[in-house]
Amino acid sequence: MEHLSGGDSLIRALHDEGVDLIFGYPGGAVLHIYDAIFRQDKIEHILVRHEQAATHAADGYARATGKAGVVLVTSGPGATNAVTGIATAYMDSIPMVVISGQVESRLIGTDGFQETDMVGISRPIVKHSFMIQHASEIPAVVKKAFHLATTGRPGPVVIDIPKDVTDPKLKLPYEYPSDVKMRSYTVPGKGHSGQIKKAVEALLAAKRPMIYAGGGVIQGEGAELLTKLTRKLGYPITNTLMGLGAYPASDKQFLGMLGMHGTYEANMAMHYCDVLLGIGVRFDDRVTNSDTSKFCPDATILHVDIDPASISKTVSADVPIVGSVTAVLEEMLECLDSMQQGVDDEALSAWWEQIGKWREKDSLGVTPHTNGVIKPQQVVQALHRITNGDAYVSTDVGQHQMFVAQHYGFDKPRRWINSGGLGTMGFGLPAAMGVKLAYRDAVSVCVTGEGSFQMNLQEFATCMQYNLPVKIICLNNQSLGMVRQWQDMQYGGRYSHSTYAESLPDFVKLAEAYGHVGLRIETLDELDSKLAEAFAMEDKLVFVDVMVDPEEHVYPMAIKGGAMKDMVLSKTERT
Amino acid sequence: MRRIISLLMENEPGALSRVVGLFSQRSYNIDSLSVAPTEDTTLSRLTVVTSGDERKIEQITKHLNKLVDVVKLVDLSEGAHVERELLLVKVKAVGAQRAEIQRISEIFRAQIVDVTPTAYSIQLTGTSEKLDAFIAAQAEGTVLEVARTGVCGIARGDKVLAL
Repeated sequence: MEHLSGGDSLIRALHDEGVDLIFGYPGGAVLHIYDAIFRQDKIEHILVRHEQAATHAADGYARATGKAGVVLVTSGPGATNAVTGIATAYMDSIPMVVISGQVESRLIGTDGFQETDMVGISRPIVKHSFMIQHASEIPAVVKKAFHLATTGRPGPVVIDIPKDVTDPKLKLPYEYPSDVKMRSYTVPGKGHSGQIKKAVEALLAAKRPMIYAGGGVIQGEGAELLTKLTRKLGYPITNTLMGLGAYPASDKQFLGMLGMHGTYEANMAMHYCDVLLGIGVRFDDRVTNSDTSKFCPDATILHVDIDPASISKTVSADVPIVGSVTAVLEEMLECLDSMQQGVDDEALSAWWEQIGKWREKDSLGVTPHTNGVIKPQQVVQALHRITNGDAYVSTDVGQHQMFVAQHYGFDKPRRWINSGGLGTMGFGLPAAMGVKLAYRDAVSVCVTGEGSFQMNLQEFATCMQYNLPVKIICLNNQSLGMVRQWQDMQYGGRYSHSTYAESLPDFVKLAEAYGHVGLRIETLDELDSKLAEAFAMEDKLVFVDVMVDPEEHVYPMAIKGGAMKDMVLSKTERT
Repeated sequence: MRRIISLLMENEPGALSRVVGLFSQRSYNIDSLSVAPTEDTTLSRLTVVTSGDERKIEQITKHLNKLVDVVKLVDLSEGAHVERELLLVKVKAVGAQRAEIQRISEIFRAQIVDVTPTAYSIQLTGTSEKLDAFIAAQAEGTVLEVARTGVCGIARGDKVLAL
């Protein structure tokens, strides 16, 4: 049997697990591991410029591929810098394995240099964590970490490794385990057949049905089956922010996104439905609005999720089903085929007629300016035209994120890469890097704002080092747009610390300073041509600084404390 | 509603902090907590007394079950069960008080486990209410120190919490 040091066995275990890419940043506690990386050529390491970016890049990679993203950081500040990215992955159930260095075992607890209790700090934001006590544990722990991160409801797993454990002088026999044994961890598979039958019966009896699908469908690779079921039933469907792409946005049965900035028709159909099938969703507050007692008052709620704790957490389910989305959807389809009864066509056509009336409101309609000032929505629509709606689009957080969610129209799963749960500004660029590294030939776009972008712009340098020609579209409204919008709506237009026009950098020059290309778009007539110019430069990172109307708000917007039918539709109109 | 949840978890560093952390993270109550290894040294048994409505208790048990270190869990208050807590209390005992304390202790079947010229240390086991009643029965101002273990419990009948 081969004998390896802890550092070598860690890297070998990662390779044996199928990892070919890790994102990281070296430091004292991980130097043995970095030396092990230097002496091999199986795994590529991407040196980011800040540990937060390593986690977001691994996260973007994971969202685009479905595989676990892998991060390597040093102890202390390296570990704490990774925390925001771990929390981001945790909130959106993204598979990730974060390896953090730790001070030598003998120094733990002494406030040693660059010591921090990483297992403790990360505890509430990980699916599980491990502290390695001895080098011999490394292969089994790596195996367990990937198993935990990628199965069931996925999530980040931290492995904290004291420096002495990776000592090159201590060599031990290496063997990678072929399977995982954990008596306390089981992965839900099939749903309860009786419950599934009950759900299908309820769906068929529905007069005003609605399907509400979320990120779980994408994570669980259930998009195809969901589409099949939805088309078979002919029912209306909405996706959550995390679920965009789970059902094709261009399909006529799709009502758009629901929730705080969802479409009028999606939110109205939710409110008035009599049977709601929630699948891979968690009824979170951006969907239900703050008062859940007003949520879908007439609906029988069918809830499918792999995490039992997500069911009846905020809204009680009438028919709870715990299981993987693919297994449950397959069984629902079988059950549907075996039933004599079909859908209530008469009621369904009346329901679609009602939905048609709601659609006429055209709640995402944009009235263009006649003076050439660009509305941010127009940029997203132009981006859709130029990329044929087929790009991987990551965003940061704020108005621009909502505009992309509303207007890009994702037809495929895993194309929409955003921090939905935690709402992490600074996510977009590193996530787009992760996507580009996963799919070198794909178009990876980061739509950002001038606020968010400045939270991780150091990654310009990483993009240069590894030749990552992502396209960055900055909707520059010279303010923290979403904060400003709330200040407009709720604080009498008092822009407390949300504007900084006088101190913005010249982003074109900034991009150029890092060796990239910068373009600026100021008027509507040059929007399409300059965007086309940017995308024509396939092997260059192009930063496109688009000056947009700073007065624009994101609508519709849920009215706090109301039901889903209660929305602000424009600066002058409410439901 | 008061509930007693007992669970078996991996006897590993950090396991307890995950359970306790879950309660603070999701703002669930811990009224009492007791934990010790079982006859199987790889497992610890933890008993937590908590309170909340039906939905909250359901969430607590679901989230506890989700913890990778938690192997098995039971809500003892769902069925017939025996619950016990151990109390050690030090009371001021001078003059006529000494006989009175002994009488009360006898009524509660408590044992005096340490004696000084001015104080008694008394041991008592029972339900939490019984311990509360015993403390309340002491003359005003005489209770010097209270140490309670927190509740541990076991189901009545043949039901067992084991692997």
